Amino acid sequence: MRQPTSIRKRLFYQLAAVAAVLSLAFVLVVRGVASRAAEGTQDDILAASATAIADSLSSEQGEVTLELPYSALSMLGTINEDRVFYRVTVDGETLTGYADLPVTNVPTRLDVSAFSTEVYRGDEVRLASILRRVSNTATGSEVVVTVAQTRSGLAAISRRITVTATGVGLLFFLLATTLSLLAANSALRPLSRMTSAVTRRGPSDLRPVTAETPAELAPLVGALNSFMARLRSSLTRTEDLITEAAHRVRTPLATVRTQAEVTHRKLNKPEHKQAIRDMIRAIDESSRSAGQILDHAMVTFRADSLALDPLDLAALITETCDRLAPTADLKDIALLRELPDGPVPFKGDGIMLQAALHNILDNAIKYSPEDSDITVRIEANSALHLSITDQGRGFGNMDLESLTSRYSRGANVGDVVGSGLGLTIADEVARAHGGRLELSHSKEGQGACVSLILPYV
Amino acid sequence: MRVADFALRLIAALALWTGAAIAFEVEDRQVYTAVPESSVLRIISTADRAVFEPIIAAFQQDNPGITVDYTITGTTDLMQAIYNEGAVFDLAISSAMDLQTKLANDGFVQSYSPANAASLPDWAIWRDQLFAFTQEPAVMVVSDKFFALGEAPQTRDALIALLRENPETFRGRIGTYDVRRSGFGYLMATQDSRTSETFWRLMEVMGRLDAQLYCCSGDMIADVAAGKLALAYNVLGSYAASELAATDGFHIVELTDFVNVMLRTVLIPVNAENISDARSMVDFLTALRNRPDLVKASGLPPVDMGALQDNPALRPIRFGPGLLVFLDQLKESKFLRSWENSIVQETP
Repeated sequence: MRQPTSIRKRLFYQLAAVAAVLSLAFVLVVRGVASRAAEGTQDDILAASATAIADSLSSEQGEVTLELPYSALSMLGTINEDRVFYRVTVDGETLTGYADLPVTNVPTRLDVSAFSTEVYRGDEVRLASILRRVSNTATGSEVVVTVAQTRSGLAAISRRITVTATGVGLLFFLLATTLSLLAANSALRPLSRMTSAVTRRGPSDLRPVTAETPAELAPLVGALNSFMARLRSSLTRTEDLITEAAHRVRTPLATVRTQAEVTHRKLNKPEHKQAIRDMIRAIDESSRSAGQILDHAMVTFRADSLALDPLDLAALITETCDRLAPTADLKDIALLRELPDGPVPFKGDGIMLQAALHNILDNAIKYSPEDSDITVRIEANSALHLSITDQGRGFGNMDLESLTSRYSRGANVGDVVGSGLGLTIADEVARAHGGRLELSHSKEGQGACVSLILPYV
Repeated sequence: MRVADFALRLIAALALWTGAAIAFEVEDRQVYTAVPESSVLRIISTADRAVFEPIIAAFQQDNPGITVDYTITGTTDLMQAIYNEGAVFDLAISSAMDLQTKLANDGFVQSYSPANAASLPDWAIWRDQLFAFTQEPAVMVVSDKFFALGEAPQTRDALIALLRENPETFRGRIGTYDVRRSGFGYLMATQDSRTSETFWRLMEVMGRLDAQLYCCSGDMIADVAAGKLALAYNVLGSYAASELAATDGFHIVELTDFVNVMLRTVLIPVNAENISDARSMVDFLTALRNRPDLVKASGLPPVDMGALQDNPALRPIRFGPGLLVFLDQLKESKFLRSWENSIVQETP
């Protein structure tokens, strides 16, 4: 038999099996004890009847004789309506009664009742015999008095007891089964509580589980917690390493760029100039990637303890656009702002929002052709919709969902270099604020539209 | 050798000798034919034709198509027929509760739960085999010639005193059952002896006054009514009551010290052939008290809890193994010996 894999089922089946065994034992014991008690009662009455008959034995002119007492037989009719037989033998000869009544268990000692069960006249009968010595002659005669009664009354009592005991046993079993179901559920409740506590967690929540745990689960929770702590420290170490690396690379890159620009100016051969220009572009890209890695680390860090400062989104957008205007101008790209006249108040982390906006705009500029427009728009409905639309190559036929994952880049990026972190940063910022990042194709049919959807807190 | 036993053996021997199938003594036999006839119900009974004919007629009206073959015999003969001879009857109706009890106890009766069992008192059914349908007191019948109404003695002690004081008036003019021949008489006598010691004194006095012994209540009542007897002791009350309606010259005295009440019972023998009709008849009889017309016509007082409660002197005889005691061979012969010593005396 296959073991059920559910602890609850196993617990329930085992408890139910125990209850079934106990119920059965209860029924058997009650029936056994009660039947024996009923049989004992019948034996006692039969013995009393036999004794009463034996007491009225006497001798008359050398012959044993008997004055059968009325009560000796009538007492047997008091508890039931069973058939009654009796037999009195003197030295083995039947004196009176039913001569064919089989007496197999003949008592050997005086005044000690002997019992047996026989079949007589088609019914099972219980017999009680008693031995008396009657001094009718010099030696005396041995008289055996036997009283017998059928057992249908006993069978009826036994049947009644069996029915009652079975009913009680069945009730007991049902009750025990119900209780074991409840017990199994109650025993497993901390487990499901813990499960749901762990399931509810965000993907980056690696804090130790602090929910109250029963002693039996403490080792598991301890192991889980220590595993998560190790995982966390390992992740942190990795992030720290990357951040540190990015930071360490950026400063020397700036120096290298300056030197390259100086060299560019000094060179005259166009092929040499071209080589240096390529170098500068690569350096820019590396520097940009390092910046993004730092942004990402910053966003991850700040997301853990989000600051909710009152700020003006319109000002924030204007500032970011102004900062990126020189880069856009290089490609003759116009940054159009469709903003409401007044300030757009919002509660959030300004630094994070700025990083998100910066990365989206930076992406848009990077992928836009020369001499095109990038539109930044704010729409306020139930949530704030901050959308940046360009006229670039768009997302192609890419799965838009996967673009926000770390280091994933579009299939149509072609020659443009990038880290693939930009949208990831924006997505994380949106999530940290309880919102989401929406990618779509712009309405004009060309270009991409990236929207930050931020609910009001 | 007991006279009854001897008589039975004689009858059995005669029956064998004549080649007759029936060895027990049949007093009367009547077949009430149903037209058209679908089945035959064979009843052996101790109740007189006059008593039972209205019941049979009503039964046949309710259950058309059943021919009733009604055999009348004495209580001892009924016992003899079923117990010893294996005679085949579908129903046995008897006033001898002890003999009926012995039949049931010894396995000659089959069980049945009557349709109206729930409405019957507990003591009216024994083992689902014996069903009481009447309760009949044993009464004293006195002749109008000897006793004016209300002058008869009301207790056994008063009766004994009266008999002792007037031996010449009552000599040869007292009747009672010959308990050697009548199962009903034997039952009443043994129950009397159980209940009170006055019974033996009464028998002694009656014996000295040359008591006349009878087989049946009917003969006793007739002799009392005719003035041949001054009184008859232990007469079946139901017969006396129905006789009183037709005959003058006597009245009934229910003694006030105690009155034994006999239950007339019906049983289905184990070898019955027409069991379904037998059961219908048991149902019919146990519902007798719902038919006042039949009660009146038959003169059989139905089982009635109320009557017993109203009159504390009434002592209904209870079913149970105790009734087997006086059927014990030794006990019976001793009782009959004592009874004979008391009542069968040579007139000095």
